Amino acid sequence: MSEVLDFTPPRRPSRNAHRLAASPMPLQVRGLSLELEGKRLLDQVDLTLLDNGITVILGPNGAGKTLLLKCLHGLCQPTSGTVLWHVDGLERPPVLEVRKAQALVQQKPVLLRRSVLANLKFAAKLRYSPIPQGLLENALALARLDHLASHAARTLSGGEQQRLALARALILKPKVLFLDEPAANLDPASTVLIEEAIRAAQSAGTKIVLITHGLSQARRLADNIVFLHRGRILEHSPADKFFSEPATVEAEAYVRGEIVL
Amino acid sequence: MNFFNRLLTAATLGAGLATAGIAVPQSLAADQFIVVQSTTSTQNSGLLDAILPQFSETSGIEVRVVAVGTGQALKNAANGDGDVLLVHAKPAEEKFIADGNGVERFDVMYNDFVIVGPEADPAGIKGMNDAKAALTKIAESKASFASRGDDSGTHKKEKALWQMAGITPTDASGSWYRETGSGMGATLNVAAGMDAYTITDRATWLAFENKANLKVLTEGDDNLFNQYGVILVNPEKHPNVKTEAGQAFIDWLTGENGQKAIAAYKVGGEQLFFPNAQSSASN
Amino acid sequence: MQDFTGSFRLAGRLIAAADPALVEIVLLSIQVTLSALVVSALIGLPLGATLAISRFPGRHGLVILCNALMGLPPVVVGLLVYMMLSNAGPLGVLQLLYTPTAMVIAQTVLITPILIALTRQVIADLNHEYAETFHSLGVPAHTAIAALLWDGRFSLLTVLLAGFGRAIAEVGAVMIVGGNINHVTRVMTTAIALETSKGELALALALGLILLAIALGVNALTSMINAPDGKRSHVRSA
Repeated sequence: MSEVLDFTPPRRPSRNAHRLAASPMPLQVRGLSLELEGKRLLDQVDLTLLDNGITVILGPNGAGKTLLLKCLHGLCQPTSGTVLWHVDGLERPPVLEVRKAQALVQQKPVLLRRSVLANLKFAAKLRYSPIPQGLLENALALARLDHLASHAARTLSGGEQQRLALARALILKPKVLFLDEPAANLDPASTVLIEEAIRAAQSAGTKIVLITHGLSQARRLADNIVFLHRGRILEHSPADKFFSEPATVEAEAYVRGEIVL
Repeated sequence: MNFFNRLLTAATLGAGLATAGIAVPQSLAADQFIVVQSTTSTQNSGLLDAILPQFSETSGIEVRVVAVGTGQALKNAANGDGDVLLVHAKPAEEKFIADGNGVERFDVMYNDFVIVGPEADPAGIKGMNDAKAALTKIAESKASFASRGDDSGTHKKEKALWQMAGITPTDASGSWYRETGSGMGATLNVAAGMDAYTITDRATWLAFENKANLKVLTEGDDNLFNQYGVILVNPEKHPNVKTEAGQAFIDWLTGENGQKAIAAYKVGGEQLFFPNAQSSASN
Repeated sequence: MQDFTGSFRLAGRLIAAADPALVEIVLLSIQVTLSALVVSALIGLPLGATLAISRFPGRHGLVILCNALMGLPPVVVGLLVYMMLSNAGPLGVLQLLYTPTAMVIAQTVLITPILIALTRQVIADLNHEYAETFHSLGVPAHTAIAALLWDGRFSLLTVLLAGFGRAIAEVGAVMIVGGNINHVTRVMTTAIALETSKGELALALALGLILLAIALGVNALTSMINAPDGKRSHVRSA
């Protein structure tokens, strides 16, 4: 990962301020806990994702980051607590609308046993009938996969598969996009391509919630940081503040690159 | 070529084969056909294959033969699954008519049953012409005996002979008395395989190709007489029965031409069936 | 026993001469079994996939039932279909007994449980991998079933082969409902049974060898379809 760490992009100004007022509150988590086999893996998580920026979930291994993401996305049932979605200003939107409002790119994306283009088409058909002209082509271009359109998706490299999964998720035009370590095990070039695509999506108005292990990636992308430790949220603050003056000992150690247990 | 294209090619190939398959039977099939429920002996001996084309040529009626044991043939015909019944178990045939399942029974032909067994002949029945006595010796010596055990015409005859001899062989079922529960050919295969005695109609025996050590040991008893009869399935009970075509077949079989054809059928120079229809049966 | 070598020679001669009676029997066998396979696939694949991904009361019982029905003896299937199609039975008016159609029905009844049970297993395994992604994408059930069936196509071909093998090799059911009528319903297996009962063991074995050759041919054809595209090959290329 050292190459990734060496990569230092230009810092961007935080764009939270003007978006806060403009966008409806998409997601609210209240007292969410998850227990599996007697172990409390998520503990009384309260989280409000107000803005349209990029929220990065940081935390040591086993902190419960992936589980939290899955609970937000509805892939696992919390033991207690609620996940409230506000779509189009509705307090209790229909389940289908909630599903349509979000998409997930998993750490190891599951691609269909078909061509790259067919994978995108499969997703597009779920939302559009007929598929608008140029939609698939744009998605291919965004993922830089134009030249691989007819290749079997499962024969692509790791980075190409991640980009395809990202393009597939973005075709769904989600209001919130969850990403679980989208650049894990990727080379620097692939990481750059992925981050470009994420920024483009964010600029187009998609709220991004992203898990990463790379501190430098967090610095590059994050508008704000959620710091998770042993199933609890210890900090939720703007990225600048989190990195310059972390409020907890654990976060401070984590930012310094020390192992936090 | 992708999966779908290849699948399509294979399917087309298969469909082509399948259509070709349809074409063959249909080109042979006349508009009119009858189903004859008959016994394995008439089919396995090759008789029906030899004489039926002669009938179909003159009448234009195709004859579809379902060859099963007499017991099953009677049952199938009683269900109305067939137009004509051609079997060899006179008492059962008469009951079939008495139950209203058939119109009338006509004698067609006869041959005889023989008792076959291993050349070594452990029961010592070689050259006998008394079936009762031969079976008694087999039972006494506990030599292996393969029985059809399937309620067929041959099995009914065999049971009648045991009864005449005053023996209940089923008491020894599983030891020297083996019930195969299958057709004549299968039972002969069993007998050939384990050097057992068995009773078979002469036609099946002569046409049978896997005789191994088996030889005809007892024959010529009047009790071994084997009469075949033909019956039209009752159209009043089963409206689907093709009365005209079925009756035409019966008339031909019991008439001059059919009787001649039966007499002319020989295997290895030996006549297998002896026509004995009464002339009144034919028009 | 001289029957073995004799049978091989006889089988070779029959094939070389393209004996018309043999050709007729072989084509009817393939026609009947392929038809049964198509009907069974149309029923079994969607049903198996539905059983694999849906949850409803009694589902577990259905799975067990289908697994058990895989062992259904052909003779029993033959008897059931005979009783349905007999003139004394409820479907007698259709006049299907002793026709190739009756044989197709019997084989369909015989192999549909096999296709359902094996499809369920294949699709359940695949769904284990796909379920989260499909849930995340918001894929409706019927789309999911179609996608799973398509993505499982290579494994499902083997399932179809299993059905084909079982259907073309069985004799008990087609003997009863087809009647082994010459030129009408005589197929490979009933012809083998007939020749065996005539004591023509060499001919019976020769027919058996030809049946084996057909099975080999079908399997070879399938592995051709199944041939991997190779890494990164173009799906659209000819």
